[in-house]
Amino acid sequence: MLENYLPILIFLAIGVAIGVGPIVLGYLLATQKPDSEKNSPFECGFEAFEDTRMRFDVRYYLVAILFIIFDLEIAFLFPWAVALDSIGMFGFIAMMIFLGILVVGFIYEWQKGALEWE
Amino acid sequence: MAHALIEKYKGHLLATALTAGVLGLLVLWLGYQYRDFITGNVLLYTLLKIIAILVPLLLAVAYLTYAERKIIGYMQVRIGPNRVGPRGWLQPIADAMKLLFKEIIFPTNANRFLFVVAPMLSIAPALAAWAVFPFTDTLVLANIDASLLYILALTSVGVYGVIIAGWASNSKYAFLGAMRSAAQIVSYEIAMGFALVGVLIAGGSLNLVEIVEAQQGSFLHWFWLPLFPLFLVYFISGVAETNRAPFDVAEGESEIVAGFHVEYSGMAFAVFFLAEYANMILIAALAALMFLGGWLSPFEGTWFEAWFAWVPAIFWMLAKTALMLLFFLWFRATFPRYRYDQIMRLGWKVFIPITIVWLVVEAAAVMAGIGPWFV
Repeated sequence: MLENYLPILIFLAIGVAIGVGPIVLGYLLATQKPDSEKNSPFECGFEAFEDTRMRFDVRYYLVAILFIIFDLEIAFLFPWAVALDSIGMFGFIAMMIFLGILVVGFIYEWQKGALEWE
Repeated sequence: MAHALIEKYKGHLLATALTAGVLGLLVLWLGYQYRDFITGNVLLYTLLKIIAILVPLLLAVAYLTYAERKIIGYMQVRIGPNRVGPRGWLQPIADAMKLLFKEIIFPTNANRFLFVVAPMLSIAPALAAWAVFPFTDTLVLANIDASLLYILALTSVGVYGVIIAGWASNSKYAFLGAMRSAAQIVSYEIAMGFALVGVLIAGGSLNLVEIVEAQQGSFLHWFWLPLFPLFLVYFISGVAETNRAPFDVAEGESEIVAGFHVEYSGMAFAVFFLAEYANMILIAALAALMFLGGWLSPFEGTWFEAWFAWVPAIFWMLAKTALMLLFFLWFRATFPRYRYDQIMRLGWKVFIPITIVWLVVEAAAVMAGIGPWFV
């Protein structure tokens, strides 16, 4: 059982190596001639106006929070979906109640405008 | 220019190709001679199998970029690349060589460590997801029970590469691109996850091989028909997940230049590029696997079944993947870019309600024993 996961581990290591290899190779093969103009952040030819780590829209943060709720729900749904045959009516109704509560929350955040992007 | 160069170095090219061919044959012969040793050594054998997956995959990525330029070219009544090699066949190799010899720029004030880690964080999961991918019912490297869960988990890790790249670059465009891209990927992942739950109910297993075997019968038994809304939601979400047109606001050339990888150059950029295309192939291959019957013949259960029985199963798998990939390219040539608020509205206010309703309908049908969900 567990030896099935060994190839995955090796595959991951090779995946990382394929990320590292070309960058190291590129670093070694290409001429590196940095200067301050070349290394300045790209802003369509202008000097950088202000610090990059600026304030950003709170809605990105909101989306991240909503994502966690829904992703957790999917994590609940996965085993339920696979076992739907064997858990019968009880499992079905339990999940419907859970989904119902979640849909109420979803409608609430919709009405509150959490999903509005102008 | 390129033609003249090729004419000049024809002898060199031919000699290199011949040497490579002879060396390849030698390696094959050696492998055949020592086959017992190789298959006996688990580590070595696994390594060889991984290489046998990765080399075609990376070649597919390279030639997908060529196919993209060529196909979109013809769709726009152009010819596309046709200078490097016959009909431009060597174009991807020329591109790789060019990127290899380009300077890797580290922007001032960039977080150097995170700047280098980001491309690795996007490529490693994009490749490692293939570890559990079944090309046919027997041709699979690691046939684990929870392979679909593993793929879902690994593709989710990819978003870290994007967000870290945008943050570490210390550039406004990169930062904005990373924010947009991360919010978009995360939004569509929900719709995608719900669509996968529908597949799980129909297939009754988390194992990809069993999901395909549950679709046996004829092409009408493949899940695209009973789960049609989920198929559409899955594939469109897949296009949005990979930041492809028409959902490519994250790299919108005319707005924020290239988004999160604007400060990346040379091979560091190439790695991001590789990851994006490997993800595209993965989404297309998964769509083929879960909704189009994977390696099952489309003529199964029809009058023509015997005629096509000689076609190897993997051919159907690859053909279906190629078909889905064609849609990726077709979308890009056809649709204008969505606005960001439209993208978010589609993800949250259209796809999530559709998938939730469809899941309830499907589960209720399974409970009531109504076909076609007669699992």
